[in-house]
Amino acid sequence: MIDFLARSGRRYLDALASLGRASAFLVQLLGALPSLFTRFSLVIKQLFSSGVMTLSIILVSGLFVGMVLALQGYNTLIGFGAEESLGIFVAKVLVRELGPVVTGLLFAGRAGSAMTAEIGLMKATEQLSGLEMMAVDPFKRVYAPRFIAGFFALPALAAMFSAIGVLGGHLVGVELLGVDAGAYWSQMQAAVEFREDVLSGLIKAVVFGFVVCWIAIFQGADCVPTSEGVSSATTRTVVYSCLMVLGLDFLLTAIMFSV
Amino acid sequence: MNTQQQQSDTLVQITDLRFKRGSKVIFDGINMQIPRGKITTIMGPSGTGKTTLLKIIGGQLKPSTGSVQVDGLEVPKLRRRDLYTLRKRMGMLFQSGALLTDITVFDNVAFPLREHTDLPERLIRHLVLMRLQAVGLRGSRDLYPAELSGGMARRVALARALMLDPMMILYDEPFTGQDPISMGVLLELIKTVNAALNLTSLIVSHDLAEAMSISDYVVIISNGKVIAADSPKALRESESQWVQQFLNGLPDGPVPFQAAAPDYATDLFDFEQRS
Amino acid sequence: MNSRTTEILVGLFMLLFLGAMTILALKVSNLTSLSGANGYQVSANFDNVGGLRVRAPVSAGGVKVGQVSQIIYDSETFEAKVTLTIDEEFNQFPTDTSASIYTAGLLGEQYIGLEPGADDEVLEQNSEIGLTQSALVLERLIGQVLLNK
Repeated sequence: MIDFLARSGRRYLDALASLGRASAFLVQLLGALPSLFTRFSLVIKQLFSSGVMTLSIILVSGLFVGMVLALQGYNTLIGFGAEESLGIFVAKVLVRELGPVVTGLLFAGRAGSAMTAEIGLMKATEQLSGLEMMAVDPFKRVYAPRFIAGFFALPALAAMFSAIGVLGGHLVGVELLGVDAGAYWSQMQAAVEFREDVLSGLIKAVVFGFVVCWIAIFQGADCVPTSEGVSSATTRTVVYSCLMVLGLDFLLTAIMFSV
Repeated sequence: MNTQQQQSDTLVQITDLRFKRGSKVIFDGINMQIPRGKITTIMGPSGTGKTTLLKIIGGQLKPSTGSVQVDGLEVPKLRRRDLYTLRKRMGMLFQSGALLTDITVFDNVAFPLREHTDLPERLIRHLVLMRLQAVGLRGSRDLYPAELSGGMARRVALARALMLDPMMILYDEPFTGQDPISMGVLLELIKTVNAALNLTSLIVSHDLAEAMSISDYVVIISNGKVIAADSPKALRESESQWVQQFLNGLPDGPVPFQAAAPDYATDLFDFEQRS
Repeated sequence: MNSRTTEILVGLFMLLFLGAMTILALKVSNLTSLSGANGYQVSANFDNVGGLRVRAPVSAGGVKVGQVSQIIYDSETFEAKVTLTIDEEFNQFPTDTSASIYTAGLLGEQYIGLEPGADDEVLEQNSEIGLTQSALVLERLIGQVLLNK
């Protein structure tokens, strides 16, 4: 019993210590950001690996999510004879919630885990130590470009997800189920507000991008430098990122949309 | 005072160094001088923290107490900026080579120059090809690190370490896992580079014969203490049992074959009595 | 990966982002009509606004000419006071224009329809529309039908 208490106590202390390290890491990371102005090519390289490489999964998922939304929405709305409002339903759900959240989850699984694995591997193969011994700061050379690129890529991907989702909804709702195309788009346009819906969805995505990149880079830099350590750090990145995305989504929704 | 020390024969001066990892004591009061312009090897059984010592000299780890001076500068107390300036004058060769895996051999060797200088690309090309020629890998410049053998990766890493014309190069286990030919190549390289560029080389190794053959000075560490420090010749003639055990690879001696345990007979007997 | 190819693909990524933002701004939401909010405001009092909401469209002859920008309860006249923002280009409404609240479809959104009158003077900033017709409230309508029977 005492043993159990001691063990769980130690685990909480460990978690607390790692939160402390993560915070200190974030401060150093943010401090390294200004150095990127002189080497933007590093950011472009990272935009490629976190943005472009995630593009296909985002576009395909966005299309299918939009199509499913149209199908489900149609079946529900037709009960009230309100299938003309399908556009509103699809667009609001995508722009406010599913766009940022699903993109956040997919991003954590695709780009976040890759970031952790890459940095962890650099640590395990002494590349990070090597950089330090060459008087090159890993924060400026390795972490900061990845952070900025991911931080920017996630909102961009979320916007693409929502846009293609609305098109997917059009495909199913209008082409397949026969909702009037004019009604689909004009009702959507009348009901969806740029500031209230689109922008707050984007703000969510920005917050998710910040958090997911922070977690992914920290887990990579903090991992035990063995192959086992890297793989468990990758798992932690995905689990923590997903939990943070969903938890923060609730918080942000409560702040933004509760009048 | 500073200038006096810079002119002295000692490049690295370690005084009463103590280092703990968790509750495990790695170094328990180490004193050591590493002479300028010579090849020094630090030897010792596995797990004595030889790599840790390199990291302390490079300022990547901080000792619990004690002083580490490199070229008159107190490494653990340096501020970040000064530490980075010092590191530009130190090359370090990691066991794995620690090459950046996403760029070619050429870009790896050019990396320190591109990071720290604004030299035109043509000049960089010259300098890189000169270093690659010196390690015999000019023809492999377009390969990626994953395509290199272990020995080649270390040679590229050596070319990279030489890029900023350092005063000292630290080698972490350069001979481990090498076939005889690449071992010979590395030995020859370390020797010629040290002589030609008037460097100070500090090698950490447990490959006895190779290390003894090129070193001017050998330090043996065990159990967190310096056991012996002298020229290879003097060490071979040493009367210390410990040194003889280490140099000749005897299975039993001052370093016992058996891990610390209760008396063998009582251990066996106890069990029989109880059952 | 060649660094030039990388750059081109990242450029394409940025283009896609811009495209997505354009769709979201112009097709999905109504950023253009929001930015065209520089119109003039007129008010109208209604007995009952029903389910009318802020930002509901204001149309004349079925064409959208503005939107509802404010709905308050006027405690002096005991009526609902609705402020309409009408786009600058439609500044030729006569002062005896009437405003009615209609419903788009049986259960659809409510909007305000303007019926131009014949006066020579036109509506300006802060004018008031005198002739109004309140929303059709279903319960009241049913009540009337039952009473008239």
